Amino acid sequence: MTQNDAFISIRNVNKFFGNFQAINDVSLDIGHGEFFSLLGSSGCGKTTLLRMLAGFESVSSGEIYIDGQPMSGVPPHHRPVNMVFQSYAIFPHLNVRDNIAYGLRKLKLTRAKRNDMVDEMLELIKLPGYGDRKANQLSGGQRQRIALARSLILRPKVLLLDEPLGALDKQLREQMQLELRELQRTVGITFVFVTHDQEEALTLSDRIAVMSNGRTLQVDTPTRLYEAPVNREVASFIGTMNFFGGTVMSITDGNAEIDVVGLGKVVTKNTTPDLKSGQTVCIAVRPEKLTLTEADPAGSNQARGQLDNAAYLGDRSHYYVSIEGVSQPVVISAQNRQRVEGKAEMKRPVWLSWGNDAFVVLEHS
Amino acid sequence: MSDTYIKRANRPLQFYAVVFLIVLYVPVLFLPLFSFNDSIYVKFPLKGFTFQWYIELLDREPVWESLMNSIKVGVTTSIIATGFGVLAAKAITRYRMPGRGPVVGFIMLPLVVPGIIFGVALLVLVSRMGIPLSLYTVTIGHVIVCLPFAIATLIPRFEGFDKSVEEASADLGENAWWTFWRITFPMVFPGIMASLLLTFTVSFDEFIMAFFLSGADATLPMYIWGQIRFPQAFPSILALASVILLVSFILVFLGQWINRGAQSGSLESK
Repeated sequence: MTQNDAFISIRNVNKFFGNFQAINDVSLDIGHGEFFSLLGSSGCGKTTLLRMLAGFESVSSGEIYIDGQPMSGVPPHHRPVNMVFQSYAIFPHLNVRDNIAYGLRKLKLTRAKRNDMVDEMLELIKLPGYGDRKANQLSGGQRQRIALARSLILRPKVLLLDEPLGALDKQLREQMQLELRELQRTVGITFVFVTHDQEEALTLSDRIAVMSNGRTLQVDTPTRLYEAPVNREVASFIGTMNFFGGTVMSITDGNAEIDVVGLGKVVTKNTTPDLKSGQTVCIAVRPEKLTLTEADPAGSNQARGQLDNAAYLGDRSHYYVSIEGVSQPVVISAQNRQRVEGKAEMKRPVWLSWGNDAFVVLEHS
Repeated sequence: MSDTYIKRANRPLQFYAVVFLIVLYVPVLFLPLFSFNDSIYVKFPLKGFTFQWYIELLDREPVWESLMNSIKVGVTTSIIATGFGVLAAKAITRYRMPGRGPVVGFIMLPLVVPGIIFGVALLVLVSRMGIPLSLYTVTIGHVIVCLPFAIATLIPRFEGFDKSVEEASADLGENAWWTFWRITFPMVFPGIMASLLLTFTVSFDEFIMAFFLSGADATLPMYIWGQIRFPQAFPSILALASVILLVSFILVFLGQWINRGAQSGSLESK
């Protein structure tokens, strides 16, 4: 994305709380109508960054631009953004209608017009007829929708969401994820979504910024983050990853041939740009890109190991295979319709095999 | 439920509670008892039942005057002290302040500094500045005495609700002033009512400050003090004290009842 069509532009932003640096030189561009997620474990600075967009925290240095306007010194109530809080922050002394209409005061609407707008929002969030309910009569999912409606009624340019699904149970959360994505497409405004749940981020987002210790590690589409993580930290944060050490033997036409400890020769075109032969590298493979067989599959791209353990996960199973020379057991994920039988019979020899380009080269020294 | 470990009945503790309440209230209850006694002497055995002293009270012009003075001072004091209390409680609970602990300590100081010291100090100050003693000077003294009560009543209310509710209001386009009136004020309103009632009661019953700082206009406790010297007036004073006792009790009880959800406010907003 070029800087010109960026709708939110975060430029070299730092944030200190006393001596603690919560945000470390973050630069990000978020496009118009994009569903953008900030993903990281707790304390990584994602919520601080979101609160800086909303105006609840000032930037220590750097600048945030929204729709081309610098935001320094602009208080929260003058910013073209609205936020859905983690606790939802429903006003407990107001009913649903007054909660949703809260931000409309300055528009000086007639009562009828105001009620029409609220009813329209209640329709959108699938809670028609809830206008007269009290705040304490609502379930978690309903509060979450009211908080959304309260923000969306003001037609903000950006909606900020601070782990809005964190307090919901699993089934409701999955349902709300779909609804949220659909809602974002319907209203067409930019969503900036904070979460620590990588699955949630992968499901919802157009792009994700993975954060750690106040820095952005990688900003990319869900597919790219999963398939081509830039370093070991991102690779281990998103999904499960098997890491190996290896030495580059040769590079031809962008294909690297690597001698991997315990596996032998691996060929992949997923390499870092300035890779040279003779370098020591960290190379990784996703569990579902490995195939487990009991018979020798023959040919290249295979290695022998011992099946140590298996975890049954319903739709699929994870198999843990130890390979000589590799310290961590290798994880293989397989759909259970092609299940490897004889789970009880562990500690038996098995073969791993993989296709070309299954491996990703992460780091070299 | 009654046999869970925490909720199990505790005999010695119940006994202690009963003794505690008796020691606390029996001396006070002698006042209403003797105020209905048909004798000007406060001694047993009781002579007979009468409303005479209450009726006599109604005919005394100075009682009504001093009552009005006390109400004027009490209402003004409660409004000023609660107003300051709201500002202080908001500042203490909402802003990152250096030296928050000592500040709260200083605000609560009038609770432990003897009233006589504050009274003398204020009297010296007021006379140095050449301000004549009046109900205004009494009010100043009472505001100082009442401020800790107001703040102590209000802080739990402010602490009891989620800070993000105020942020949500700002986020939805309201500035600090409107956020206060539309969110903070309605949510702490029961605390404000309780504070008004409590500080009014404290001011209404206060004697030492009034003793030092009042001029020609006496408050009700001052009037009582002045009448104690006259034996024939004493039963009426008992009657008056009984009325004050009852009204004070009702006001404080009402305040506590209005403010009963102070700590559960956080649950409501979650």
